[in-house]
This record gives sequence, C-alpha cells and structure tokens, in this order.
Amino acid sequence: MNRYTISLFTENFIGILNRVTLIFTRRGVNIDALTASESKEDGVHRITIEVTTTEEQVIQIVKQTEKIIDVIKSFYYKDDEVVYQEIALYKIPISSLDPGLEKVIRQYNARIISAEKEFVVIEMTGHKEDTKALLEILKDFSILEFARSGRVAVAKPMGTIEQYLNN
Amino acid sequence: MKDSRIRGAEIVIKSLVAENSEYIFGYPGGAIMPVYDALYDYADQIKHVLTRHEQGAIHAAQGYARVSGKVGVCMATSGPGATNLITGIADAMIDSTPLVCITGQVASPLLGTDAFQETDVVGFSMPGTKWNIQVRRVEDIAPAIAKGFHIARSGRPGPVLIDITKDAQNALGEFNYVPCLGIRSYRPYPKVNENSVAKAAEIINQAKKPYVLYGQGVVIGKAEEELKAFLDKSGIPAACTLLGSGALDEDHPQYVGKLGMHGNYAPNMLTNQCDVLIAIGMRFDDRVTGDLKRYAKQAKVIHLELDNAEINKNVKCEVSILGNCKESLPLLTEKLKENSHQDWLSEFRKLEEKEKSAVVSLDLLPTKTGLTMGEVIRYVNDFKKDDAILVTDVGQHQMIAWRYFKYKTTRTQVTSGGLGTMGFSLPAALGAQLADLNRQVICVVGDGGIQMTIQEFGTIMQTQSPVKIVLLNNNFLGMVRQWQQLFFDKRYSFTELDNPDFIKIAEAYNMKASKVTERDNLRDTVAEMMVHDGPYFLEVVVEKEDNVFPMIPTGCSVEEVRLS
Repeated sequence: MNRYTISLFTENFIGILNRVTLIFTRRGVNIDALTASESKEDGVHRITIEVTTTEEQVIQIVKQTEKIIDVIKSFYYKDDEVVYQEIALYKIPISSLDPGLEKVIRQYNARIISAEKEFVVIEMTGHKEDTKALLEILKDFSILEFARSGRVAVAKPMGTIEQYLNN
Repeated sequence: MKDSRIRGAEIVIKSLVAENSEYIFGYPGGAIMPVYDALYDYADQIKHVLTRHEQGAIHAAQGYARVSGKVGVCMATSGPGATNLITGIADAMIDSTPLVCITGQVASPLLGTDAFQETDVVGFSMPGTKWNIQVRRVEDIAPAIAKGFHIARSGRPGPVLIDITKDAQNALGEFNYVPCLGIRSYRPYPKVNENSVAKAAEIINQAKKPYVLYGQGVVIGKAEEELKAFLDKSGIPAACTLLGSGALDEDHPQYVGKLGMHGNYAPNMLTNQCDVLIAIGMRFDDRVTGDLKRYAKQAKVIHLELDNAEINKNVKCEVSILGNCKESLPLLTEKLKENSHQDWLSEFRKLEEKEKSAVVSLDLLPTKTGLTMGEVIRYVNDFKKDDAILVTDVGQHQMIAWRYFKYKTTRTQVTSGGLGTMGFSLPAALGAQLADLNRQVICVVGDGGIQMTIQEFGTIMQTQSPVKIVLLNNNFLGMVRQWQQLFFDKRYSFTELDNPDFIKIAEAYNMKASKVTERDNLRDTVAEMMVHDGPYFLEVVVEKEDNVFPMIPTGCSVEEVRLS
C-alpha cells in the first residue's frame, strides 16, 4: 500500500463529484482527502484526491474515473511526483499565548491569522506529517480545535491539460 | 406575429423524431403526462408500445436495441415509474446496450420536498448509467436529448437517463434540434496504436497454439467481416462468449464453441494450453475465466478492446490494442502470415467428441422417459430460419438454449448476460420482434422467469407481435436447484414452484397455446408453432431434476470443467 495523489480534470457538471467518489465507494477504497477547485482553463475543474492503496487499484480507479463522460482526463502520482501542500488551522485559547507558544510558531513557520478575545487561530501550510507534528505540540497548549484541508497538488511532469485538450 | 414556441413536452417528442426513433416503450403517469399528451399528435411519426410494467418497457427497449443496433427508447413517469427502470438500466449498462430512458419528474419548486411520486432518480441511477441528467428548463431539453443519444450509441454503448421536470415539459420554448456530434471530455473511439498492432502480429506469427476469444465487441463494432477475414488468414481456432454468439457463423471451420461456466468442454479446457490468447471485444467476465489465478497463465494475452478500463482489469495482457476492432482487426490481419493450425484445431475436435458422447447426445437424443430441455431446442433448431433470433431468460434453459441453438448470423442473440435478470426475455422478445418483423423471434423462458414479467402477455396481445414463446417448465427454479444439488447437499430450499395453468393464462390473452408432456408430440407441435402466423405460446413439461453440463464450478479453473 502506498500513498497516491489522483488529479482529475472535469467539466463543471452537476453531480460530477458524486460520480467520481462512487468509483471509490464501489471498490472499497477510502478517500484520505479530497479538494476541488477551478483550474486555469475556463470551465475546467480539478479534483485532487489522496488515497492509500495499491498501484494496481489506483490504475483501475483512474481508468474508471476517465470513463465518466464529464471527466476530461485523470492522472495518478506517487508523492515524489507532485508538489503538494495542505493547510492546517489550530485554535488555541488566548490564555495559552506565551513566549513558549510564540517560539513554536516561529519554529514551524506557522503564523497567527486571527486574534479574538478568547482565542487565536494559527495557520500552517505543509505536508500532513508537518502539520500533524505541530498538532502534537499544540496539545500541550490546550488546543481547542484543529482542521486540516485536503491536498492541493501540481504534478512535476511537464504535461499539461491543455496539451490533452488540444490533441 | 405568431408565437413559434412550443411546449417542452412537444420538444421531447420532436427531438426523438429527429433522432429517427421508431418506437417508444413506455407507461404513462402524472409527471410525464404532458409528453404523452404531445405524443398523441405524433402517432404517425413515432409508435408507442404500452407495456404492462415499466420494467417490461425497458427490457423491450433493450431487445429492440440489441436486434436493430439502434438506440432503444423507453419512457416512464416519476417515482415508482422511474425506479422500475433501474433493473433494466443496470442490465443495459453491463451488457453495453444503447438506451435513452426519459422520465418525468415533479415540478422544480417541489424538488427535494418529498412531493407525491418524487424520487431522486438521477441519484438512484447515477452508478448504473453511462450518463444521466435532470432537466429543469425548457431550453435544455433538446440539447440534453441530443447529448444523450450521442453518448448512448457511441463508443462502448450504454444507457442514458434524462429526467425532465413537469414545469419544463409545460413551459414554452423554441425547437431547434442540433444533433450532438462530440463532447470535449468524451473520446469514444481511441486511436489504434500501430506499434501495438505490429507487436501483436509478431507474437501471433510465432505462435504454435494461438486461440481467439471473441465477444459482443465484434457485434457492437460491426466487425463481423473483419473477424472472419482475420480467422480465414490466420487459421486460428475461435470460441465465443455468451454475448459474442452470432458474430461468426457457427459453421465456420475454425469455430470451436462457446466459453464459460456452461460453455463447451474443448474451448474451456484448451484455454489453459494455448500459447497466445487473442481476446477480441470481450471483457474476461468471471463466468468466462473461472479462477483467475489459474486462467491461461501459460499464454501471452493480446487484448483488442474499445474500453481502456477493461485492459488489464481481470487478465494481464502482453499487448493491448485499444480501439474499435473494426479498425484494428484489418490492420492486424494485414501483418499476419497465412497460416493453418490443423493439429491444434484437431485437439479441439477430439475434446468436442468427448463432450458429444458424455453430454450432447444425452441432451439431444435422450433415452430416458422425461423430456430434456436439449431436445426441445433441437427441434427449434430444425424448424427455425437461419436468421432467427433467440431471446432467452436466465437460468438452466438459458444455458441449454445457448448451447444448442445454432447461430448463423449476427444480432441473433438476445439475453441478459452480465446481470442475469430473470423476467428479461418476454418483454425483450417483444422488442426484438418489433425491431424486425421479418425475422423469426423465439423466446425461451423458464417457469420462474416468465412469472416475473408474465403481464407482458398483454403487450404481445395488443401489438400482435408474432413471437414464439417456448416455456421449459420443470416446476423448479432450475439453476438454483442444480447448485443446491451439487453444492448444498440436495437441500432444495424454496426452489420448487407450484405453478399456475400457463395455457389458460396465455389463452386468456388470446394467444394460441399448446402444452407438450410427451415426446411423441414434441416435434409436430414445435413445427406447428414455427409456422403459426402470430404469437404462439408453447409449454413443454421437462424433466424436473435435469442438470446443465459441462459446468465449471465457482472458484474452479477452466480446466476443471465437469462433464457430469
């Protein structure tokens, strides 16, 4: 079992996300994280899915997703073939804000993005392992809430979706 | 100035007419009533067949599509009408049958309110359709239908569902039908890679024991002549899948039989002895391969296939040739050396003889008292026309009829292959008959399956479609009983049926009907049925506990095929 990033380029069609996730459901493959956004091409959306499974299974999933009429193209990558980031937000009680916490924030290249009367919100971008490491430390600072996004990723191979669209 | 706009309901009908649809198989109801009202004015341009259940409508559309090669159309109302199509949608998807299903939906403001007869049929059918859409605006109706037909019929065909809200049906809009010729994200016909063709040809030219398995992809791709040319030049023995039957005349000298759980002995056994396996338009279904871990491990596999998702899905191949086999087969044939594989072919013939003495002669020329299913099919074969169409239901009779019916021409095989839908055959036979009134349509059905859609006798009566219905009655759910006998220690749990008087039912629907219980009457009654002008129902009471052999038990290898 390995971690893979699947990148799908789709038309902006109602229900497309449902159609895509059905492929995973049917094969019993859990989605670790999912993000959807616009791409740089007008009308083309991209869905990034992180899964932990076998390469054989991920190949089948990619082929099955490409069968969906409104999917333009589907790719899969190993971790070393993509540049990726995730964003994590940590809600800390204001009472925990002391020099020790400030040191941790600097160490992890995190930053405070909101300071409210009772809490502060710290933001960090990075790989899952990094944001998780910060989470473990912040548990000692009475962390109130934690949220992490799915992966946003761009592929290292230089092929682009417009090459496919123009072919 | 006169308003040129028409109602959405009329746009639905005009769009179907623009797509040259001949028939709509359907059942009216509240949410589709505007379309039915519009249809009233178009009776001279498009015929409607009122089935007795929506499931009957979709199976009839499937039968029509499989025989005509065109897109079958069915229509139903919202809620239960729409959900009754689901089984047929799943069936059409797995058997690659082109369908456009149109369902009415409650008015847009009521969506999501659990209104009367509201169901999320788009959600229900999403995993089972090639594409589906809900249309809520009148201006979207014609483009959705155009796109639906394009998707249903192109590439690997499949079912499409278009759900139209009642307010969109009632709204006024312009009709300007533009056929859909392409979709940016959808590439139905991948380009054939000539390097793959060259590599495959090299492997085939060096093979000592090459073997062709062909499936429905040949029929869908209209590549029957290309397959024959390939076989004629290469001299390679060829076997077919259930849905590939008819793609090649069974009298072809290299035809070696049928594959799969209840296929022929030789083609199953020798799968594990060939050195090159050439799969053409078939998907290595588990009913064909048996235990995958012990399937053709000695062979280099070459897979000619339109659907990229089928490549390496079940069986890993040495070379894949992605694309329509109508295009790829001639390219491959051109690169082949003329060859003959007589020694290899004779190995098939030897095993064929073994099957004949152990199984076939007992089925076709029985000496025991009870009638066998095989001898009924023998007489059907004797009296059928060459281009007769066999429509079967699901179970023992399906396998027996498939084994002993002689397929001569393409599009003569209609059955529920992938899904195994009982109740399929009666409505599918009706649709098959309407697709071509000049061809003989023979529906072979069991006593279990016929009772799942027996109400379609009413549709046959109303349309007077001259289908010949052969009921092989063993008062059992035969295939389940066979498995119970072989694998469940003869514990016949709820498989014996107390059946009604089928003859009375058929006669109540004004159908000519006969019942045969003795061997002496069988031949003449079958002969009478085959020349009868109009629908005919023949019930044959066959032996209660007859089995279908050969058989590859589930989980076994193809070479563990049993003759008894």
